[in-house]
Amino acid sequence: MTTRPIVPPGVGDFREEGAEPAIGWETPAPAGSRLVPTHCCYCGVQCGMYLKVDPAGRVFGMEPRDHEINRMKLCPKGVTAYQQVNHPDRLLYPLVRDHRDAPLRRASWDEALDRVASEITRIQGAYGRDAFAVYSGSSLATEVTYLMGKFARVALRTKNIDYNGRLCMVSAAAANKKAFGIDRAANPWSDMLDTQVILVAGSNVAECFPVMSNYVWAARDRGAKLVVIDPRETPLARTADLFVPVRPGTDSALFNGVLHVIDREGWLDERFIADRTVGWDDVRRVVAAYDPPRAAEICGIEPRLVEDLARMWGTADRAMAFHARGIEHQIQGVENALSIINLVLATGQIGAPGKGYGTITGQGNGQGGREHGQKTDQLPGQRDIEDPEARAFISRYWGIDEPDLPHTGASAVELVHLMGSDVKGLIGICNNPLVSMPNAHRITRCYDSLEFHVQLDFFLSETAARADVVLPSAVWAEDGGTTTNAEGKVVLRHTAAEPPGEAKRDWWIVGQIAERLGIGEKFRYDEIDDIFEELRWATEGGNADYRGITYERLEREGAISWPCPSEDHPGTPRLFEERFSWPDGRARFNVVEWQQPHEPVDDEYPLRLTTGRTVAHFLSGNQTRRISALVEQAPRPWVEVHPSLGFENGDAVRVVTRRGEVTYPALVTEAIRPDTVFVPYHWAGAASVNLLTVDALHPLSKIPEYKVCACRIERGEAVTPAPPPPLAPGQAVDPTAARAAADRRPPSAPQGRGTGQG
Amino acid sequence: MMNRTLFIDPSRCIGCQACVAACRECDSHRGKSMIHLDYLEEGATTASMPTVCMHCEDPVAPCAQVCPTDAILVTPDGVVQEALKERCIGCANCVHACPFGVPKLDVDEMLMYKCNLCYDRTSEGLDPMCAAVCPTGSIFYGTLEELLGARPGAAASDIVVFGEQEVRTGAAVVVPATPVGVGVGAEQAAVPGGYAP
Repeated sequence: MTTRPIVPPGVGDFREEGAEPAIGWETPAPAGSRLVPTHCCYCGVQCGMYLKVDPAGRVFGMEPRDHEINRMKLCPKGVTAYQQVNHPDRLLYPLVRDHRDAPLRRASWDEALDRVASEITRIQGAYGRDAFAVYSGSSLATEVTYLMGKFARVALRTKNIDYNGRLCMVSAAAANKKAFGIDRAANPWSDMLDTQVILVAGSNVAECFPVMSNYVWAARDRGAKLVVIDPRETPLARTADLFVPVRPGTDSALFNGVLHVIDREGWLDERFIADRTVGWDDVRRVVAAYDPPRAAEICGIEPRLVEDLARMWGTADRAMAFHARGIEHQIQGVENALSIINLVLATGQIGAPGKGYGTITGQGNGQGGREHGQKTDQLPGQRDIEDPEARAFISRYWGIDEPDLPHTGASAVELVHLMGSDVKGLIGICNNPLVSMPNAHRITRCYDSLEFHVQLDFFLSETAARADVVLPSAVWAEDGGTTTNAEGKVVLRHTAAEPPGEAKRDWWIVGQIAERLGIGEKFRYDEIDDIFEELRWATEGGNADYRGITYERLEREGAISWPCPSEDHPGTPRLFEERFSWPDGRARFNVVEWQQPHEPVDDEYPLRLTTGRTVAHFLSGNQTRRISALVEQAPRPWVEVHPSLGFENGDAVRVVTRRGEVTYPALVTEAIRPDTVFVPYHWAGAASVNLLTVDALHPLSKIPEYKVCACRIERGEAVTPAPPPPLAPGQAVDPTAARAAADRRPPSAPQGRGTGQG
Repeated sequence: MMNRTLFIDPSRCIGCQACVAACRECDSHRGKSMIHLDYLEEGATTASMPTVCMHCEDPVAPCAQVCPTDAILVTPDGVVQEALKERCIGCANCVHACPFGVPKLDVDEMLMYKCNLCYDRTSEGLDPMCAAVCPTGSIFYGTLEELLGARPGAAASDIVVFGEQEVRTGAAVVVPATPVGVGVGAEQAAVPGGYAP
């Protein structure tokens, strides 16, 4: 007979089990272990960290690193990031499918690569070069993002290449270019320590960029006031000096209203407007129509909040504004960003310590990944692909004829929507659109209509699981390369381990495909360093000039902000101190008129659905849904609803939009507007909130309107299960993942389950 | 209060659980987090708070006082150590005696576990894992002077009051600054007991 020990009351409910890494806990560092300095693989903060590597070359832990960006700080994703390296779900050899309905099976590299090359040749021969597309991502090292752009233009000669920053950064990028003539955050975050007001709009900083919170707190410790604008009272908003709970999809009306008050009260910086900007009069005329009662009516807030926000910003000597996807993931995302920039310019709050503006990059390399040519309208160095000078320069550099250099192709979501018609074949890398793109039923249909799809990944993502060929790649810790963080700081990663099994580094795989296409001589690199050397010279004279940045300097200096045109140039942490990047040196005001979201609420769909992240997971979750500590913290999606909607915590609530319906457990909380419901988007299958979101795009930036669509909620019968992540043939479901898939409860808070919750 | 110690500031906590994840990485108890991370106002706000061992001083830590096998030792630097494995009998007296609910009992091993201030790290000058990584400095490690240097105007208390009983702690809690002044001492407003849910 087995007996259980007598458990004293109150001690048996600590959540300990399940947080074990899938490979188990290694014993403490064996002799001869070393620390490899690198940066995190997740968000745009790019925290420095050390990876612990044993003498056999296995990564077995992490150690905080005193890098200038994060000063040892990390979030739970960063702490556990190393657990991806030896994870049993890693793809260890190429997989192929013999025909559309056959299962994936193991193949040799030669077989898989030959198949890729012959399908590229067949499809391009039959339908033209543009029928084969590349869809890339911004979690790749900058070197690889440059390589993907070059591969598409030089090896495939297709115009159809784009990247998943289209789901992330493009609204801010377009607004920055329109206003400043360049796309980069204007200030280092350390400038916050010298400011008096920090404005955060549409960014759940504490959960999406946790370590950035420390800069905000350091500023508050020195007397700065914090204002947060968000439909949800996020952890950062909870203690803010001013919290403005706007209705989703109304941001530009708020900022026009604030600028209205600032103009009315005479808090403008007339001198800055006269000396350094163009276009104020037109903006002034438009904001005159946004008096606080009207702005507040649109935003669903009290007019007093518009006045309070204007007073706080308008009377500060030094103020800084930050925004992220909340205002950018809208069909007026560019305009929302511009309405904040108008506020910044009208009060002269830019280009000096403590005065500034920035968007907060979502992916680790969201900045570097949108600068060097994997964006369909762009060439390396943030050059415009339609600019004849840029085309001539890059064609010469790559040794190709300018007429052979493709022009602008389709943007990300449009590219997917073209599958089956104009696009017949695809190379995908560093993305998981079956989870992350809006209106997911349609996305799945599009991918399934491809004649050939090859995907590179290190775990079998939901998207890779439907591909014809899957090529196993390296995780970030198994390669070097650089990334550029949300402040525009270039940082260097180091190789801590070799890829497992037969997995290969991204640039090796791309080079091998190029060899088989007969153009290998332009893609032969011994190591990733060689690509950086090629890249930095390709950016010479461009907006994003990396020419003066070298690995040796990064090693020595820790981080260098572009533009950095020569090796004796210190880099440019703060932009716009003297001039803006337009030829006349002046910034542009842009007139913004608020418009309704694509899908206004009505009697049938009376609530607004908005989506976002939770702290334990990253983007489509292909990485984090496999890390047991993170799965334990947030095992499944939920819907946040206000108590006034009549549900109890844990009730099954069906969320219905014009695209579909999913039933989630309710997290009933006062920390959300009563007219808005929220669902985090990291999960796949029938529980994916992107089955519900609308695929309306911004007309210019083509960013989808994830942050607002019309929905209704109803009492549901059973909560929709969230399936465990896909696995390659022969891999077993992790017990934590299996437990999570069976979970039907909401978390204790938006950040997950407390440690006292079983 | 100890010279270099933990300062807990609940107002800054964002509930991200980086401390929980980092605690599991500590070599002295790999895989086991000693931190309690609670969401304090479920259904109302996102408020959260970490609870770590407060390393009570007064007169000696309650967990150590009640331990029938003297398994819980206090080092001269004031750190209340985890129960010695060879002495611990898993009786859970410490669990019940602790005014903060800190010790954990592994019911399979029948052994007590608790925060030992990352003694393997702090005794060599490194920060404890939780304080090193905490993104907001809700868990801060250092001296009072270092805290005040980083956060001008902050105040901390090392006295927690439970009804008529005062507990003086080796770790401290950051409290709202009062007109009484800055610093730690008997004049400072004490933290009302039961501030954890």
